[in-house]
Amino acid sequence: MPVSSFASSLDMARFLPELILTIAGTLLMVLDPVIHKRSSSLFGHLSILALLAGIGGALYGYAHRGPAFGGLLMVDGFATFFTVLVMVVGILTVLPSYKFLQREDAETSEFHALLLFSVAGQCIMASANELIVIFIGLEISSIASYVMAGYLRDDKRANEAALKYFLLGSFATAFFLYGVALIYGATGTINLSAVRAVILGPNAPAPVFIGVAAAIMFVGLAFKVSAAPFQIWAPDVYQGAPTPVSAFLSAGPKAAAFAVFLRIFMTAFEPIAGGWVPLVWICALLSMTVGNFAALLQTNVKRMLAYSSIAHAGYVLVALTAQSEVGTAAAMFYLAGYAFMNVGAFAVVSHLSGRGEKYQDIESFKGLAQKQPLTAAMLTIFLLSLIGVPLTGGFFGKFYIFKAALESHLVWLTVLGLLNSAVAAYYYLRILVMMYMHEPGEAVRDIEPLTPSLGLALILPAIGTLFLGIFPGWVLDFAGKSSNLLK
Amino acid sequence: MNLLTVVLALPLASFLIALLLPRSSPQASRMWALVSSVATFAASLGLLAWFDRGFAGEQFLLDVPWVTSPNIHFAISANGISLWLVILSTLLTPLCVLISWNSIQARVKEFFAFLLLLEFGLVGVFIAQDLFLFFVFWEFSLVPMYFLIGIWGHERRIYAAVKFFLYTMAGSMLMLTAIIYLYNRTGTFSYPAILDMLLSGQLRLAPVEQMLLFLAFFVAFAIKVPLFPLHTWLPDAHVEAPTAGSVMLASVMLKMGCYGILHFCLPLFPAASRTCAPWIVVLAIIGIIYGALVAMVQPNMKKLVAYSSVSHLGFVVLGIFTFTQMGLDGAVYQMLNHGISTGALFIGVGLLYDRRHSLEIKDYGGVATAAPWLSTMFMITMLASIGLPVLNNFVGEFLVLQGTAVANYTWTVYASIGVILSACYMLWMYQRVFFGELGPEVRSHMPDMKLREWAAVVPLIVMMFWMGVYSQSFLPPVGKVNARVLGQTQVNVPFRVELAPVKRAEVARAR
Repeated sequence: MPVSSFASSLDMARFLPELILTIAGTLLMVLDPVIHKRSSSLFGHLSILALLAGIGGALYGYAHRGPAFGGLLMVDGFATFFTVLVMVVGILTVLPSYKFLQREDAETSEFHALLLFSVAGQCIMASANELIVIFIGLEISSIASYVMAGYLRDDKRANEAALKYFLLGSFATAFFLYGVALIYGATGTINLSAVRAVILGPNAPAPVFIGVAAAIMFVGLAFKVSAAPFQIWAPDVYQGAPTPVSAFLSAGPKAAAFAVFLRIFMTAFEPIAGGWVPLVWICALLSMTVGNFAALLQTNVKRMLAYSSIAHAGYVLVALTAQSEVGTAAAMFYLAGYAFMNVGAFAVVSHLSGRGEKYQDIESFKGLAQKQPLTAAMLTIFLLSLIGVPLTGGFFGKFYIFKAALESHLVWLTVLGLLNSAVAAYYYLRILVMMYMHEPGEAVRDIEPLTPSLGLALILPAIGTLFLGIFPGWVLDFAGKSSNLLK
Repeated sequence: MNLLTVVLALPLASFLIALLLPRSSPQASRMWALVSSVATFAASLGLLAWFDRGFAGEQFLLDVPWVTSPNIHFAISANGISLWLVILSTLLTPLCVLISWNSIQARVKEFFAFLLLLEFGLVGVFIAQDLFLFFVFWEFSLVPMYFLIGIWGHERRIYAAVKFFLYTMAGSMLMLTAIIYLYNRTGTFSYPAILDMLLSGQLRLAPVEQMLLFLAFFVAFAIKVPLFPLHTWLPDAHVEAPTAGSVMLASVMLKMGCYGILHFCLPLFPAASRTCAPWIVVLAIIGIIYGALVAMVQPNMKKLVAYSSVSHLGFVVLGIFTFTQMGLDGAVYQMLNHGISTGALFIGVGLLYDRRHSLEIKDYGGVATAAPWLSTMFMITMLASIGLPVLNNFVGEFLVLQGTAVANYTWTVYASIGVILSACYMLWMYQRVFFGELGPEVRSHMPDMKLREWAAVVPLIVMMFWMGVYSQSFLPPVGKVNARVLGQTQVNVPFRVELAPVKRAEVARAR
């Protein structure tokens, strides 16, 4: 679809968050040489301000919702939900990184600039309504996050993580792009609604074309959300990357990739759902099972959380398998809850691991409850939510997902998924056991007191988790309202 | 805002306040836990005062929308059965505070906070009338118990705590599936509304459907009861838990499963319940005998009491699945009895442990000489547990056996073996611990009951006599609810009528 003349002011209003973040990111890079190194927490403040402004911009855009730039972007409730979500994840990543960057002597503005660019890319992914724009968003988000994964350039593990992430990530993006090319070849358009119209229309291309294109794009996106069998990269990357970055990777890009997943498969490819639903079914079950059972065996907490995030991707895929508006809403709610609990859990790991991230072993949590009861209590909330205990966001999320699945008659997937979450309880409980039922170990004796920013980084997600668990109505109603995507 | 809400909200509010108390002053935490739990108990007695004993239905209704889509309500109410279970929970909590007064020395603040949180969860389970809300409380009550066992338990506490959590969690996941399935069929989580639909024929579950749903609910409940062969978590959890944990676990948490079967399984899935009844009864009887036999050979007192629980709860399940008024009444009465007498047994074992720091029977002997009052108290409790007339368990066991005899006399014969065995293991244990040679270790470590300990034990002993002598104070409201439940189980049950004469013939033959 051709872009009509110049962008109107309405277009710009709908593009506000991306605009704000990109300008702020650029500004941060320029400021770096100017600002004295001593006041480097300024970068953190500025990026939080930018993200808050971005959230404001997103809400303003929502007030004037509609298509932007001639249909390249679609600012609707769905887009705004994910835009706000990834920016919140951004804020929750910046908060623990104050301390982290200071501890690792790596306070530069690049970290924050890259973060803002990555978030901007994810915002574009959330609202993109055309395959090429999705691709651009995906690239902006990914390239920034490749660099972030290797941000500690003297750390061998981080280097390995970044390289692995880069190589496999590029592969996946290439896959996605190949799928886009096939779609364009087959239907002559890349606008999602137009693709759908062509598939449903009288001159529909041969199903094999669309099927292959959909399958290839599926592979690319499944990689991005770390769904089995495309999950191999996740444990190494999450383990090697700096902990705040792992937190970010496990929540932000994943949420955005799921937004794209949902938008493409629930609009353009909805007519061929019969073809891809079985595929997603298998992927969902594999992700849950592989993630949970592999996590049982881990001793490194970051690696364990990586496997757990694979399992959680599986739960969201269950919602996609349901292939209904309820399922979409459930996935949205779940990703919001997941973002809070997972980012919070990583923040605790970042706090505990100490300089050089030497304490990553599950044993390091020994006796945390005695030394820092508040930190332990917050982590308890996150872990209970990851297990899916009632009154936490994780429970409601799981509940909505499996409710949607049962509505679509996916009885077996539901039973297996729920039993999976009972298995998962075991490895989360192990951390609780370490924290509460052992005497303090070396890591806990070395632990530094909570700084205000770290405290916020723990308390905010905890409040979010409990809020979603006790008053899920607000978010769920919004998700329900915005789950009927423009077709 | 009615009184029932107050009874539910008080423990939660007390928990939140307990969190704010200073860690440096454990005495403040103890006092607060005692005061607030006594206040909750007083409020629950208020429930009793305002309870309309002539009315079989739900009382103290409160229904507030919680989430609009899906339609989840915060709906609570109490009936003649749940009322007693609520009072049982609120009675035992202050007693648990008393017995943990000195025996818990590490992390006192957290201990009492978790105890109050546990009370909140337990009360919630018994009064929730929205299936979703019920599930929330059901799962939620796991968390404080997990910490109570895991932090303040004995040597193998971590293993026991994790096993307890995972066992229950696995069962409840199936129940969650069934609850969501029911919601998708009916569009509501409201338990009364679903029952109405069943009774009016608006909701018809195909036999297979009903059977699968029944099993999903039943397995979750049976794990909690625990029914043989799903009982293996129980001895571990009981033995490793601190005294207060064992008391709450045995007296109240196990009742969650029994209550669930009675309150949800029977009325929701009458045909499936009846179809499965013979199999479940067999498991219950195996549990009665097996539990008693295993209890007999235990060298560890707590383990002995734990296995005796398996045996006693077999009676409850047996009573429920006789589908007779007497059987059901007996089952409910036995739930309460078990709560009182096993709670007291665990307290007694806990008092011994506080003194001698051992749970092994062989480390004792002659306690009666050193601590006569303690021995007397233990004796009464033990006799109650055996089922001596005048004491409470006798009434319950009698009703269950009587009800069973109406349903199938052979079952009664097997089940009563359990009663005999219970006398064997209890008396034998009592003999070895309290009589015989008084060792120097025991003599120097065995002061008699203190005032605080009396305060924890006397209410239970009073209840044992009261419930044993004058069951009329308790049974009528229970009976009314059971009659209603029985009525509900007779929906679509054609073979009900033809069963009765056969049974009578069997009874006659046996005579």
